[in-house]
Amino acid sequence: MEIIVFYLFAAIAVIAALGVVGLRNPVYAALCLAVVFVSFAGLYVLLSAPFIAVAQVMIYAGAILILFVFVIMLLSPPVDQGEGALKWQKPLALGFVGALAVQLVLVLALAVLPSARGSLTPEVIAQRGDVQVVGAALFSDYLLPFEMTSLLLLVAIVGVIVLAKKR
Amino acid sequence: MTVHHFIILSAILFSIGAVGVLLRRNPLIMFMSIELMLNAVNLAFVGFSRFLQLVDGQVFVFLILTVAAAEVAVGLAIIVAIFRARDSVDVDEVSDLKG
Repeated sequence: MEIIVFYLFAAIAVIAALGVVGLRNPVYAALCLAVVFVSFAGLYVLLSAPFIAVAQVMIYAGAILILFVFVIMLLSPPVDQGEGALKWQKPLALGFVGALAVQLVLVLALAVLPSARGSLTPEVIAQRGDVQVVGAALFSDYLLPFEMTSLLLLVAIVGVIVLAKKR
Repeated sequence: MTVHHFIILSAILFSIGAVGVLLRRNPLIMFMSIELMLNAVNLAFVGFSRFLQLVDGQVFVFLILTVAAAEVAVGLAIIVAIFRARDSVDVDEVSDLKG
């Protein structure tokens, strides 16, 4: 059952991702991106990470995508013609990415990955709650990185205001 | 369902995102492709977190979410600023810094 759900969400994600890359109109690309984000949320639920799934929908499908659509509407950019300045760019890019994909898939498929190290089985997560498990780690072992993200967000806010104001 | 399923799906989506960054001329779509690549990495993190039965992967994903949000805000502001200055959003016309 789980494997069927996995392949369903995986197929949706890959097709929608091809849509993001292939569609000329940025609005359609943004809608495809929303489909990718939601199918990723489904995969996270399958991986017994419901907190990450909810955060994915709220932050990616909610905030980030709204920002994209907002900027698309603000700029109303012309539909991408797909004609680059460099004639050999397309074959070169496809060649490089093909090599990258083959390398990644081969290495990852052949890799012998370590087996379970911790004790957080899906049952334990279901019992304690994913939010509690992630929150406990976030505010103990990862407290410094967590505080650093607040600094990063502050820098981003200041930077955006500086960039966006009229001079 | 093994960790290999998830990391290979992650690798495929990362490659699709890389195609988008290299091929498309519209910076907005290039940006969306970068988001796609970030998401692919997130999927690998959560997959490892699940199958190693450690929570660390999920914490990393949480931090990546924050970084992605900040990155999108700044990046889109830069695109808007370029559009204001030049009335165009084609990456080929913004090559002044090319050496």
